Amino acid sequence: MKLSRGWIVVSLVVAALIGVRAFTGGGMGRVYVKSEAVSIDVPADAAKGTAATKVEWTAWAQVPPRVYKAAEATNPAQTEVVFSWGRTIGLWIAAFFTLAIFSFLYRDNPAYRFTEAVIVGVSAAYAMVLGFWETVVPKLLGALTPDFVKGWVLPSLSDQGPAQVVAMCFALVLGVLLLMRLSPKGGWISMWPLAFIIGVTAGLKIVSHVESDLIAQSVATFKPLVAFKTDATGAVAAWPTVWASLANILVVAGVLCCLTYFFFSVEHKGLVGKGARVGIWYLMITFGAAFGFTVMGRVALLAARVEFLFDDWLWLIDPAGKRVVETMSMLTAW
Amino acid sequence: MKRLVPMWIAIIAGFAMLFSAFFPATESLGEIFGDAFNVIAAIAFVLGAGSLAKVNLEKISRKDQGWGYAVITLICFVATLVVGLGKIGAHPNPNFAALPWSGEIQQEGAVFQWIYEFALVPITSTMFALLAFFVASAAFRAFRAKNVEAILLLVTAFIVLLGRTFAGVVLTGWLPDWASGLRLENLSVYIMQVFNTAGNRAIIIGIALGVAATSLRILLGVDRSWMGGGGDK
Amino acid sequence: MDGRGRRQVKRGFIGILERLDRRWIFLAMAIAVAGPIIYIGITGKTLPETATPAARAVFHAIEKLPAGSRVLLSFDFDPASGGELTPMATSLVRQCAARGHKLVFIALWPLGAQMADDAIRRVITADYPALVEGRDYVNLGYQAGNEAVMKVMLTDFVKAFPKTREGMATGAVPVLSGVTRVADFPMLITISAGYPGAKEWVQYVVSSSGGKITMVTGCTGVQTPQLYPYYPGQLAGLLGAIKGAAEYESLVNATLAKGDAPTPPKYLEAQRRMGPQLGAHILMVILIILGNIAFFAQKRERAAGGGAAGAEARP
Repeated sequence: MKLSRGWIVVSLVVAALIGVRAFTGGGMGRVYVKSEAVSIDVPADAAKGTAATKVEWTAWAQVPPRVYKAAEATNPAQTEVVFSWGRTIGLWIAAFFTLAIFSFLYRDNPAYRFTEAVIVGVSAAYAMVLGFWETVVPKLLGALTPDFVKGWVLPSLSDQGPAQVVAMCFALVLGVLLLMRLSPKGGWISMWPLAFIIGVTAGLKIVSHVESDLIAQSVATFKPLVAFKTDATGAVAAWPTVWASLANILVVAGVLCCLTYFFFSVEHKGLVGKGARVGIWYLMITFGAAFGFTVMGRVALLAARVEFLFDDWLWLIDPAGKRVVETMSMLTAW
Repeated sequence: MKRLVPMWIAIIAGFAMLFSAFFPATESLGEIFGDAFNVIAAIAFVLGAGSLAKVNLEKISRKDQGWGYAVITLICFVATLVVGLGKIGAHPNPNFAALPWSGEIQQEGAVFQWIYEFALVPITSTMFALLAFFVASAAFRAFRAKNVEAILLLVTAFIVLLGRTFAGVVLTGWLPDWASGLRLENLSVYIMQVFNTAGNRAIIIGIALGVAATSLRILLGVDRSWMGGGGDK
Repeated sequence: MDGRGRRQVKRGFIGILERLDRRWIFLAMAIAVAGPIIYIGITGKTLPETATPAARAVFHAIEKLPAGSRVLLSFDFDPASGGELTPMATSLVRQCAARGHKLVFIALWPLGAQMADDAIRRVITADYPALVEGRDYVNLGYQAGNEAVMKVMLTDFVKAFPKTREGMATGAVPVLSGVTRVADFPMLITISAGYPGAKEWVQYVVSSSGGKITMVTGCTGVQTPQLYPYYPGQLAGLLGAIKGAAEYESLVNATLAKGDAPTPPKYLEAQRRMGPQLGAHILMVILIILGNIAFFAQKRERAAGGGAAGAEARP
């Protein structure tokens, strides 16, 4: 209860700070865009029977707030660099999502659940859309209905050979069979494309793993146990030689000991048992290193999100020089 | 029939890929199968999305606990699909301005890009960032120096955590040159290049043997467990 | 203070550790990360970096490649790992662009093509405007299929990536003229967050290329230990996590520094991020030590309790 009260106070303080921040200094969380008028003359196409036309639109590119300030200072009536409602709303939504996910650290709550539901729906559709435009259209439709694809979305698409057309027919059939998995009675036939996927994966993996991981890694382990290191004059350097040799010996011994630990066909007793024990020690060091690096990775991701909140949203810091003038005004004024 | 056909499809596809790595004459067969695989992988996104829609619709129709969130998932799913497939807000490709559909969906100004920037990026990256907190809590509660193995793990984690930041320089930077190997930043490099390399190499070799054996069992039709129903044969 | 008093104080401290709500740990982590970010954000100061051999190897591999060489950059990550990998991507693209290499961007992760677009905008469009899209660099976007895409690239690169992000046929792009298979690229750079990523590139492409392709990678902290066995054999260089990014960034900045002009802030992202890293790592070490203090105190209490119980049971 005591903790909950403390957290409520913290939340209120944070909300108050955001409120103050929004109306002090240079404000916060605004996005500006620069417009560029695009006008393209489309010539007449006799084959299609279309007349010459002009296609026009306005492209908007996001610019740092300092560009807006500079443009306003030069000409207050300018309309080239303007405030973007769409992007500003987007930024605040992004900040809400970020805080909603972080709120899970306190406890599960509707804001977190809502955000989770959003990302599940968005990411599934996102991958599907990309798969459609990046793979299905140029490869599958491009091979089976080239004229349609060229006249609709990819005019420069290369012509596909007959082998490609056959391959894509094959892919289409298997793809449709794969979708039968969604039907209550057609599940069994979806096993055919699944079999193809498993067969191709097995055929690919057997070669790659043997070549790259079994052979190449074994070869890399066969190191000289005495590795001579020379200095600038070409003479053997004593200490570097000792350290390099020791490193090689430790790698060779380590790999052998770890493999001994993985080898269960022989009872881990006597020399084998001792080797396996050393193997465990090596693995523990490996896991310790993995832990250290995992922490490093996660903290970097957290730092990036905190930077987003402080920099892009709250405008508390400005490490990238996006705003320059008003960035520190609040902090320094305080 | 239900098990025999898939088994032979897997065997033929697998051997085609295998041979294509060894015989140049079969290279194009491997390429065709590979390309078909890529398209099927893209179609599989539809399967994933379909499954998601199915599960959520069922949840809504049954009025399961939290069904409201399923509605939100579906709305977001459909909305993203519509703006993505419809290329809403995307301008035509300047090279092919006469074709309104020729524009890139991930261009600035497209609604699809807006979803990427303001929903996908913040949510996915914050979800991953959350793990920094949990790993800290887990370290406090579970990292115990109970025995030699745990001590090795702990000491290595300490060296890597400190050696990979400026703390390493502050703590051991004073060591003289002849003992520079004991500086935390150098120790962490040594651990990675020697002990971690040895440990992970053994794991890699072990996995390679396992993958090769499993793949061979599939290619020879010995392992059919992937078809479900249990048992190898 | 008598012995009993000392024990009570000690028990109190241990009791706090045992009862500590994990949300206090979360708060401590938030402060450990946010504090340095604000400090660095205000002062602009970053911590000095000394490059380790693996990071130097990446730098030298790109540097010694003849100017104008074609480089394949695979962006196999998404925004979820952007905090770690975006700074690497920035520096890698910057060094390649400064060296005058021809850059071909691809992605095996759905959102990787976006990350490549961002890197192109941040570095090439902003600071190397003389480079022309299509002639000097091109983004071929994303292709589904993971290792199977690599398999197709081994024999027919254009078939694997039939179009550019701009909707042009890949075969007609000048920067790719003469490229038939992936081995026509002397260098492969992957920025990798998992599967498919650096490991698969080593397994399926580098190993089958017979030494024709030099590969360097920048990867997440989770992947780094797993990739070390491939370095320096199958991998010519390795940037591990944000630390690797910071080391490499400092090398690139030192090489491309223009007199006394300060380095643009966007090229200091990784080094800035080492500040919160320092705070968080120190906190982690403190937490582990505190956790163990509590553990050993409990153990001693249990042993003492057990001993007392044993003594009482004895006749």
